[in-house]
Amino acid sequence: MKATQAKRYAAEVKRKNHQQDQNTLKLISGTAEETNQKILKRIKPDLKFPVRSLSNVSYSKRSGYLEIGKQKKVRTLTVTTVKTFAQTLRMMSLSKDLIESNDFATKRDAYYQSKNWGDAGFQEQTESDTVMDDIEAMFSMYQVSREQLRFIPDEHGGAVAGQLIVYDPDIETGEVERIDCTRFGSGAYSIPSSVEHLSFETKAKFVLAIETGGMFQRLQSHKFWQKANCILVSMGGVPTRATRRFIRKLSEEAKIPVYAFVDCDPYGISNIYRTLKVGSGNAAHINQFFCVPNARYLGVTPQDIRDYKLPTHPLKEVDIKRAKDALKNDPFFQSQPAWTQAITHLVKMGVRAEQQALAKWGLNYVLEEYLPRKLKQTDRFLP
Amino acid sequence: MGGHKPKRKESPKSRSGDGSSRPPGSEARSNRAAKKKTPAAKRSLRVVKGESKQIELPLTAKERRKRSSLKLVSPQPSSTESVPKSPPRVSAETLATRQREISVSEFFTRNRHLLGFDNPQKSLLTTVKEAVDNSLDACEEAGILPEIAVSIHTLAEDRFRVAVQDNGPGIVRAQVPKIFAKLLYGSKFHTLKQSRGQQGIGISAAAMYGQLTTGKPVCIWSRTGKSKPAHYYEMHIDTRRNAPEVVKDETLSSWTLDHGTRVEIELAGIYKRGRRSVDDYIEQTAIANPHATIRYTPPTGEEVIYERATRQHPRETIAIKPHPHGVELGALIKMLKETDSRSLKSALQADFSRISSKVADEILKKAGLKGESRPSRLSREEVERIYRAIPAVKIMAPPTNCLAPIGEETIVSALKKRIEADFYEAITRSPSVYRGIPFQVEVGAAYGGSLPAEELADVLRVANRVPLQYQASACAITKSVIGTDWRNYGLQQSRGTLPTGPLLLFVHIASVWVPFTSESKEAIAHYPEILRELRLGLQEVGRKLGAHIRRRRRQAAETKKLAYIQKYIPQIGIALQDILALTDRERDKTVSVLTDTLERSRKI
Repeated sequence: MKATQAKRYAAEVKRKNHQQDQNTLKLISGTAEETNQKILKRIKPDLKFPVRSLSNVSYSKRSGYLEIGKQKKVRTLTVTTVKTFAQTLRMMSLSKDLIESNDFATKRDAYYQSKNWGDAGFQEQTESDTVMDDIEAMFSMYQVSREQLRFIPDEHGGAVAGQLIVYDPDIETGEVERIDCTRFGSGAYSIPSSVEHLSFETKAKFVLAIETGGMFQRLQSHKFWQKANCILVSMGGVPTRATRRFIRKLSEEAKIPVYAFVDCDPYGISNIYRTLKVGSGNAAHINQFFCVPNARYLGVTPQDIRDYKLPTHPLKEVDIKRAKDALKNDPFFQSQPAWTQAITHLVKMGVRAEQQALAKWGLNYVLEEYLPRKLKQTDRFLP
Repeated sequence: MGGHKPKRKESPKSRSGDGSSRPPGSEARSNRAAKKKTPAAKRSLRVVKGESKQIELPLTAKERRKRSSLKLVSPQPSSTESVPKSPPRVSAETLATRQREISVSEFFTRNRHLLGFDNPQKSLLTTVKEAVDNSLDACEEAGILPEIAVSIHTLAEDRFRVAVQDNGPGIVRAQVPKIFAKLLYGSKFHTLKQSRGQQGIGISAAAMYGQLTTGKPVCIWSRTGKSKPAHYYEMHIDTRRNAPEVVKDETLSSWTLDHGTRVEIELAGIYKRGRRSVDDYIEQTAIANPHATIRYTPPTGEEVIYERATRQHPRETIAIKPHPHGVELGALIKMLKETDSRSLKSALQADFSRISSKVADEILKKAGLKGESRPSRLSREEVERIYRAIPAVKIMAPPTNCLAPIGEETIVSALKKRIEADFYEAITRSPSVYRGIPFQVEVGAAYGGSLPAEELADVLRVANRVPLQYQASACAITKSVIGTDWRNYGLQQSRGTLPTGPLLLFVHIASVWVPFTSESKEAIAHYPEILRELRLGLQEVGRKLGAHIRRRRRQAAETKKLAYIQKYIPQIGIALQDILALTDRERDKTVSVLTDTLERSRKI
């Protein structure tokens, strides 16, 4: 990216952001206006939220993620809801202030901000989190994310290394920071909590999303990304919103596939991989932003345990319960026969294997043998 | 204390002579020995009068021999004889020499715990209680509104002088010594009538306890009328003979009252405040006897006056004859033996309540006996046939005009006078019958106000207007309160406990014979009929209490909601003002319209 290009990009981002902010502000004031008008007409105002539970979630093959259903919860302003109603409006007002001052607040920040609200202040952070989740769900119906409301997660994103250049514009100065993810030495680029303004340049062929930091370290220090021409992302367990959003944006903008490399156990499959690909069940209202529908499952597969004669541990009771729950209740796995088969296979074997189990064949077996061999047959990855 | 009917504590059973009575029960066995006048028995008569302790007297040679023979039978071998030989047989004659009469008073000195003198704190309470019970009974019988003064004077940390004075009818001079210094002397035992005292032990037992612990005599002042002189007595009790021993007998030229009685007893005791204290007892007595004025001077502090809450006399109680359904075989045999009637039929009709000529005929027919037979000549088997026939015949329930309940209104006004609460209720159940004995249950309740909200409910147990202090857990009243599901009535209650909340329950049982579980009259026995009446009474009061609590909760919820609205609607105004940049006037309009809308929407 040349200087002029960068300037244009920064301006573009600024314009886009501004547009988005205007949209968000309009939504906030629209909701407030509607409420006020109803009050003046002596009609009890109400707020509508999508119902957030598994019963209101379905897997759409077309969109590729768990979609929230049409069920709505209506909170009418009555004697019993007056407190939450007031708090919801004040939280929206806070969001408006944050947008106008181009600032942000974490959940914890918002909780402490509420201490200025007098009677409407929150006693516990759990109360303010619930109100924030409500607002997020409410605005998700208008394609507005929590980040756009300027409420950002406390958690930071995962680590990135490999063939990627990230452009991070500073909207104030119009300068654009160029971040080369091959040049972090033995370290890595850390995904920021908000990624909407980032832009990417890459020639990599795929993104490899890795469950454990240990495996990421190994691949990074041996510059596996160079050899395989890829981008490595460490998820560190279930990927955070920022990590999911980053991978999603990256894969969409660069039009490259995402391969997940996790432990072969019900947690790795139904929690980490499922959340990465189609989002989570109980926060389905945000899945449209925070999932990576074109992710695929590289390994470790139940079949790998046999093929590579991996050392295993027996499945624990919770593992079996989780696996059976996935087969019985999860709309995503239910719609994928390959997965139904694989999970049933795993439960039948009654064992699990970790990524690092490959070290049985030598510490670098994973990057010298396993991954190259797997990557030759991407069509055999699980969906 | 006029007209004192000293009390005796015995179950009704013992009247039938079935041998279950306590002190006199030993007579039968010891009679033989007494007649023989063994040296030991004779010696017992020689014992220093009034001396209550079991003193070691010099033994005669014969006795010493006997004692040593006793040692041999004892299971513990002496140290020198390590191998016990088979014990030598003791002849019946030898045993007989050791058998002797036990006087009631002697029995008491050893078993004083049976009468409520088991520890110093309780003894003080029992002494006050017995004297006050007697005073109230005397006033009621004479139709006088009681005015009773109780004072406890501290002599030493563990020594008190209790004085109880009443405005009763006074006591005829000749009776005074027997009433206060002879156990089992009284008028109430032989009739079925609702009264506090029953057996003729109470006040003399208190006097005896005082004598036992301080050696001091009981002091009595009494006057029977304005024109009569007052008398002053000091008396000891001869515990061996169960007889009064008058130390002083003076005629007084003047006395403070026109009529009435004052008793003073010095005793060892401990005064404590709080639960089961004398203070508590006096207060509860005032609630249970709202027609009485009680002045109470505790050992510490000022005189407390409990003014009467009503000037209405309690209904006069009348004595009734036993009901056939309650009588036991032994009692029946005895009654028929001792009847004045000449024929069996007339005996049945005259000596029992609710036996008409027709009912008597039916019983006799079922028993296969002739009405003309001489009742005193019936064999045991024949009486048993009558006994078996009685339950098969339909007999009216006993008359209930013998009962004097306190009354719903009076209970409520008494509770109002003594307890600051915001709900009062009382229920007087219809009279009912257990074992042929009529009884009546009353339940009162006070709720809220100054009563402690976080503690277990207070249960004031009262039997024939006497508050019960001890053995709450053994009492049918406590059992019934625990057994009632108070959660139905809006109170908290853990399994197997009293309900929690600002509640005081007043439960009264009136009966011509209250079935206590023990002689010290502390707990009421668990007769199914009594438990049933208690349950129904508690539930009836509970329902009314529940309605009150629910109403209160609704009101509180409404008030809370109103406060809620007033607290949070301005916040909605602030938020809308922030987002929509409203002027203060616009904001206030929104707030007032919304407040109005919400307040209208509430169902009040």
